Amino acid sequence: MYAHWVLTALLVWPLVAAAVIWIAPERAAKHLALAASLVEFALSLPLWWIFVPAAGMQLVQTFAWIPGWGISYKVGVDGISLFLVLLTTFLVPLSVLGSYSYITKRERSFYALLLVLTTGMIGVFVALDLFFFYVMWEVMLIPMYFIIGVWGGENRLYAAIKFFIYTMLGSLLMLVAILGLYFAVGARTGTYSFDYTHVLGNLGDLGPAAWWFFGAFFLAFAIKVPMFPFHTWLPDAHVEAPTAGSVILAGILLKMGTYGFLRFALPFFPTVALHPTVTTAIVTLSLIGIIYGGLVAMVQPDFKKLIAYSSVAHLGFVMLGIWALTLQSVQGALLVMINHGISTGALFFLVGMLYERRHSRLVAAFGGIAKVVPLLAATLTVVSLSAIGLPGTNGFVGEFLVLLGVFQTHPVAATIATGGVIVAAMYLLGALQRVIYNPLDKHENESLLDLTPRELAVLIPLLAGIVWIGVYPKPILERMEPAARQFIQSVQPGAA
Amino acid sequence: MTRTAMSLVWLVPLLPLLGFVLNGTLALVRPTAKTAVSVIGVGAVVAAFGVAVAVVRALAVGHAAEPVVFTYWSWMPVGSLQVNAALQVDPLSAVMLLVVTGVGSLIHLFSVGYMREDDGYARYFAYLNLFVFFMLTLVLGASFPVMFVGWEGVGLCSYLLIGFWFTEQINADAGKKAFIVNRVGDFGFLVAMFLIFQHAGSLNFTDVFAKARSLFPLGSAAVTAITLFLFLGCTGKSAQIPLYTWLPDAMQGPTPVSALIHAATMVTAGVYLVARCNLLFALAPVSSAVVAGVGALTALFAATIALKQWDIKRVLAYSTISQLGYMFLGVGTGGGATVAGIFHLATHAFFKALLFLGSGSVIYAIHHAYHATHSHEDAQDMRNMGGLKAHLPWTWVLMWIATLAIAGVPPLSGFFSKDEILSAAFARGGVERIWYLFWGMGLAAASLTAFYMTRLMLYTFHGPNRTGERERPLLREAPWVMTGPLVALGVLSAVGGVLNLPALLGGSSRLERWLAPVTEAGAALLPAHAVASGTEWTLIGIAVAVALAGIAGALRMLRPADLLPAQRAPAETGFARVLWKKWYGDEIYDALIVRPIMWLSREVLWKIVDVRLVDGAGVNGAAAVSRALGWVGSRLQTGELGFYVVLFVAGVLFVLHVAVR
Repeated sequence: MYAHWVLTALLVWPLVAAAVIWIAPERAAKHLALAASLVEFALSLPLWWIFVPAAGMQLVQTFAWIPGWGISYKVGVDGISLFLVLLTTFLVPLSVLGSYSYITKRERSFYALLLVLTTGMIGVFVALDLFFFYVMWEVMLIPMYFIIGVWGGENRLYAAIKFFIYTMLGSLLMLVAILGLYFAVGARTGTYSFDYTHVLGNLGDLGPAAWWFFGAFFLAFAIKVPMFPFHTWLPDAHVEAPTAGSVILAGILLKMGTYGFLRFALPFFPTVALHPTVTTAIVTLSLIGIIYGGLVAMVQPDFKKLIAYSSVAHLGFVMLGIWALTLQSVQGALLVMINHGISTGALFFLVGMLYERRHSRLVAAFGGIAKVVPLLAATLTVVSLSAIGLPGTNGFVGEFLVLLGVFQTHPVAATIATGGVIVAAMYLLGALQRVIYNPLDKHENESLLDLTPRELAVLIPLLAGIVWIGVYPKPILERMEPAARQFIQSVQPGAA
Repeated sequence: MTRTAMSLVWLVPLLPLLGFVLNGTLALVRPTAKTAVSVIGVGAVVAAFGVAVAVVRALAVGHAAEPVVFTYWSWMPVGSLQVNAALQVDPLSAVMLLVVTGVGSLIHLFSVGYMREDDGYARYFAYLNLFVFFMLTLVLGASFPVMFVGWEGVGLCSYLLIGFWFTEQINADAGKKAFIVNRVGDFGFLVAMFLIFQHAGSLNFTDVFAKARSLFPLGSAAVTAITLFLFLGCTGKSAQIPLYTWLPDAMQGPTPVSALIHAATMVTAGVYLVARCNLLFALAPVSSAVVAGVGALTALFAATIALKQWDIKRVLAYSTISQLGYMFLGVGTGGGATVAGIFHLATHAFFKALLFLGSGSVIYAIHHAYHATHSHEDAQDMRNMGGLKAHLPWTWVLMWIATLAIAGVPPLSGFFSKDEILSAAFARGGVERIWYLFWGMGLAAASLTAFYMTRLMLYTFHGPNRTGERERPLLREAPWVMTGPLVALGVLSAVGGVLNLPALLGGSSRLERWLAPVTEAGAALLPAHAVASGTEWTLIGIAVAVALAGIAGALRMLRPADLLPAQRAPAETGFARVLWKKWYGDEIYDALIVRPIMWLSREVLWKIVDVRLVDGAGVNGAAAVSRALGWVGSRLQTGELGFYVVLFVAGVLFVLHVAVR
């Protein structure tokens, strides 16, 4: 019963909750949202145990939706999507709790949208029907647009529209490609269906058209990742988004790009993806992302922008790991996706907490605050260290596996990427120093309040994740391994 | 039975980790509970020392030929990569274990006195305990990645403790610099690990070393690359050329930290790494020569800078860099000299910790005097010292012992270890000429060492006192909790040579025999090189003569009585200024690396590439183009059917062309 319905329940429950919140009293909105998101998390948690790593795609549920056009509602998880679903249900309650004092206007709409967004995100990760996937992709786009555009900072409208146009551009191209695949496979087999397995199994040789399809998917996903040079929507979106928006954006939405590559772009078009020119281009862009993203992050005066650029660098590791197609690099990439959600999520929470205290995101507005807010400073230190991949934290395991794996197939690229660990230390320790160390020379900072119990409740689960994955990642790695193997097999038969 | 005692080895790092957790909690919730902090902080390390002694005794009794590996859990199992959380007990880790927990205990004890009045007392001990945990992980780790956990962990603690008094920007800057420069080294360590995995399919020490000889032909490119990348890591952690610049700045941390982390233990991690991988280095003669050459050059280079520093801790910092250079000369020479390098690591831990703690006593005394008179003079500038032997007699005597030890005067510990390194380098010169050069550089550095250490002692303890009229009566010896550890280190500095007394001098080379299981495989690969005992005596004679010449030269040339207090001292000129400015190393790095990177990132990458090109021309340009296309599109809507047909056909042709091609 649970196994059969769980994914559907995870998709429906947030919508139900959103509807209730929409009509509930304003005061109750956040509490209801917290309760609903915790229920969602509790619903998802048993997945961890009932998931059978070796069983591939599982917990599949299918309903015919528009049979005439071969559209169905089909969901399932494997070792790749499982963790993204869990990461989503894990981060959403924290985001709600983290928004308690940040969001002060139109609370009902905010929390309702956040829950609709949850459905969209989970839908993207579990969809096994291309049309349904596309719908979910769009579903998550709209709430995020409003979250940035309504509850964002001063320049929120510009950022929201930029975010919308960018993502829309990519998703429209993707829609064209999906339709193209639908017709191509339909013409070949006589069965017109958006079913993922059907399309994947009957693609055959698409000839030159594969290049166009791949290009469309590539653009849609590369914007989302974001890869250089499609990344400039991200700093604006992050800076303007409210804390919860930034956390979700970095923690989950960026992963949709890399997830798209793992689920669609590579398995569908392996010959294109592995074409030397394409590989070289992707590897080069990823390296640019790692080094360039880090260097540009280093000189940002705005702490949120700094973290945004650091995301470009982190996701560069993921892309590199995916394209290197070794078991270590792919599992490392999957782990970096999770780690980035935890660590960068925590960083955005902390910057949001600083912002709520000082109404500034500028690094220069702070200085020496470790004296005043030791707990916040200690937390910020631990989270920063995880983001720069200190051994013992989650960040190290992911980056180490990626780099070690990439080195086996692309030694030069891996060596350059390893240089990224130096850059990471430069930008984050630099910011850390200017925020919590140095003289306490601003009067406003002398009376800052340290973390409240509510804020601790937001941060402690993230800190626990940082240490757990850093010290004992095995339970995660072993659940991922078969899926990672299968991914490599599907792209490059004979490898792994 | 022995295995049971040895299986307690997990307690050794765990106790300081526990200390960190408890003291870290106290630092956040109850920072004033200083007694509890002291008991936990010192107790954890002393207890770890106790367990370490039991473990090493068990190892000595067991005579295990192979390292004893204890596996606790599977850390990173991915396909063929299997990294376990595992610790390894063998003769080499045993030596390090005793040095780290032994010297660590003494320095923790000293800190109780030195840091007593600091507001951050609990935080200090939390960091110090955490450091010991990571350092023990570093020396006990059974694989490269586990060692790397310790390797970067000690770097973290170094960062936290250098910037301990973080409200001064100079301290926070120094901490950050240490971390980043070390990360450059860590880059090398990481790449080396990737290469090792690529070739050996494993990162466990036992696996890699067991396969090494069959995997890597002598002098092959792979093993040369691996060892050179490893050594890049060493130059960061152990402050060798070209990554030495962070260590002098690290003196911004509390003085016991300088003693523990930046002299006795962490900075020797690179030496330990080369010794641990001595087999790999033996397979790569080029890398060995690089290690020995960089070591010799660093020994000489840093010694010249130490000649003209006025800050007592900076002298010791450059001295540390220089002495680490000797250790690399030792482990780079390989074979028996690997043992000599580790031997020097141990004796240096004794006498350099003593020198730093002694300087801590001095600074403590002067700082308190200045504090009492509200003076803002520099408590670390030797020009504000002088004549302290009357006020701090214990410190004076003990620091002289350490000075003679580091200068290489027999029969103190440093004489034996340094002489073994130099003799071995000379011996290898018999087969490879370049080692004669290394030997000569080491010898020159030895005389400079004797000179600058004598200078330090003269200016600090002898001649008239320059601290100030009002301060002079306030100068006194530190409490016993601080002087006690000095005495213990003084004894070790004096007699530490017995650890490895060579047969030539009636000893039995105990350390050499103890470490034989670690070094013999590598030693077997080296060309035979030994010198006759007559030559050996000559070499000893030369080394002693050089040391004495350095001391005598300093005594003759330097006039403490002519020195002026720092405030009134004239600026350095000429070559002395070049040395005082450290050969302008920091300025050169700043101009060539730091500022260009910052400029490139800010002015080019961000403001031009990102804002103007990608976002400006690209994105907003695309918006402009789409507006233009919209205009074109609107023009196209002419309403004439024929025009539409033309467009339609053109479009179909295009699609067909694409599809059919």
